[in-house]
Amino acid sequence: AAMKDGLRSQVSAALKEGRVTPTELCQRCLALIKSTKFLNAYITVAEETALKQAEESEKRYKRGQPLGVLDGIPIAVKDNFNTAGIETTCASNMLKGYISPYNATVVQKLLDHGAVLLGKTNLDEFAMGSGSTDGVFGPVRNPWSYSEQYKEKSVPKSHSEDEESNWVITGGSSGGSAAAVSSFTCFAALGSDTGGSTRNPAAHCGVVGLKPTYGLISRHGLIPLVNSMDVPGILTRCVDDAAVLLGSLAGHDPKDSTTIQDDFKPFELPNLTDVSKLSIGIPKEYHASGLSSEILALWSKAADLFKNAGAKVVEVSLPHTRYSIVCYHVLCTAEVASNMARFDGLEYGHRSDTKDSTERMYAATRREGFNDVVRGRILSGNYFLLKQNYEKYFVKAQKVRRLIANDFVKVFRSGVDILLTPTTLSDAAPYTEFIQEDNRTRSAQDDILTQAANMAGLPAINVPTALSERGLPVGLQFIGRSFQEKQLLTVAKWFEKQVQFPVIQLEEVKRHDDGVFQHQKSASFS
Amino acid sequence: QKVSVEVLAHLEQLALVDFRDLEGVERLQKAIQFADQLHEVNTDGVEPMDSVLEDRCLYLREDDVTEGNCTKELLENAREKVEEYFVAPPGNIPLAKLEEQEAFLQGS
Repeated sequence: AAMKDGLRSQVSAALKEGRVTPTELCQRCLALIKSTKFLNAYITVAEETALKQAEESEKRYKRGQPLGVLDGIPIAVKDNFNTAGIETTCASNMLKGYISPYNATVVQKLLDHGAVLLGKTNLDEFAMGSGSTDGVFGPVRNPWSYSEQYKEKSVPKSHSEDEESNWVITGGSSGGSAAAVSSFTCFAALGSDTGGSTRNPAAHCGVVGLKPTYGLISRHGLIPLVNSMDVPGILTRCVDDAAVLLGSLAGHDPKDSTTIQDDFKPFELPNLTDVSKLSIGIPKEYHASGLSSEILALWSKAADLFKNAGAKVVEVSLPHTRYSIVCYHVLCTAEVASNMARFDGLEYGHRSDTKDSTERMYAATRREGFNDVVRGRILSGNYFLLKQNYEKYFVKAQKVRRLIANDFVKVFRSGVDILLTPTTLSDAAPYTEFIQEDNRTRSAQDDILTQAANMAGLPAINVPTALSERGLPVGLQFIGRSFQEKQLLTVAKWFEKQVQFPVIQLEEVKRHDDGVFQHQKSASFS
Repeated sequence: QKVSVEVLAHLEQLALVDFRDLEGVERLQKAIQFADQLHEVNTDGVEPMDSVLEDRCLYLREDDVTEGNCTKELLENAREKVEEYFVAPPGNIPLAKLEEQEAFLQGS
């Protein structure tokens, strides 16, 4: 069946023509959020303000003056973005009860375009993790755990035992946002991406996850993890929708001096038919140890897809790939040690009752407020920043970073347009299996394929590709040149059309559905 | 090569978080071991990279006041305050000294 561009041609059109109102849309999403509560995707649901925003949107549509494609569209935001008047917790005790006094720039932009903010989504504490399992509000469950596709492939024990113990993780750290989009409770969500935190859960939840070029989208109001690598991430159900979101978010922000000053022009994606002028690079180092044979086969199939369509497909080398994760480990912990220093209990957030001394209060506040993962990274970071270690570790890592970034420069200079790689090593693991290893080990394993793009600041996108033997989503990653999002998304859109990734068959969604939700795909299965 | 007790104490002081238990210390050991792989890479003549945007000019805006006067909003999130002040417990008492005083007091 023909691929229609989701928001633009379906929902937006429906709103304009009055076939559905923003209030109805909002109410349906809120109802679906309630009936999918077991996913634990949302930390805060801003029901009242969302309905008010929907009301305002409705007035604009009635006047025939919608603000654009996003007017009235329900969206969700990862809980590490500041949202005025709404609690922002970063899934940590440190910020429980913290009501943001301002909107992050990306949040403000979405609201200015008329989007309806449904709520804040769950994550790993302070975005540290690759499972969305280590936050204080508990783990997020992958909606596909409850899909017909997964249940069909599961070894049947007793039915109820199955559902309770067999559920799989979303990946992380933007797991809540990925689950929210995947389960149709919103049309798009914001995540963040520092080492793969948007692309990883996108792959596991079968949605599109875009990591924009560093410097394209403002980080003002995104509670920082690693200032030199963080970017806001975009999660949607199709590539066209990602382009729409990108169009409303990208551009220079005077409040974030790391955003580039070049003019950004929002674009619509062309329907690419001729790929013969395209050169796709396959980096051999991404055939990492631990890569499942299933994903390897899929990756190979995808490369053949491009080749058979006339594109030039070449093997390339990014020799420093395997050091990327080590480099990240040092730079990330070092920046975290610095960024987490602001949490001292004085101006905001949790404060310990200790009154003896400032130092005692700070130490107790931080002991009580941070989980093991956060504290571990702070301590490691401080170690690498000690005078005797600074050159050996921190500066060394910065040098290796340059080598990693240069690897990409060389490859793109050799004529390659886009790189095609797997996004994850395997499909989503069951929660009980995932928690057997600690956070650091997991992150080191899971970030291997996504991290280097953050190191080099390049744009990258996960496109859901097919279902695994277990009936779970598997995605592939495209990495593009700096600030060449249009080319990257155009190729991603072409690929998306070829693979026709199946729609999730979820009981709860079917009950609330009346055609408006499954707006961009007819039920065609690959 | 294990991290010395002095360095561990020093780190706790700098970071103002504690290792809590042996597991925390082991976690640091493993982290260092992991990071040591960096030394396999030859970086002779390579400049450290601070930012991927190093080739661009950083944006600097005019030194004009464009916003502010939000004292009330900012104080709202603080637990202990008096008028327009954040209130902190007495400072300049290093953690170690406190421990000493306590131990001394316990002994007497």
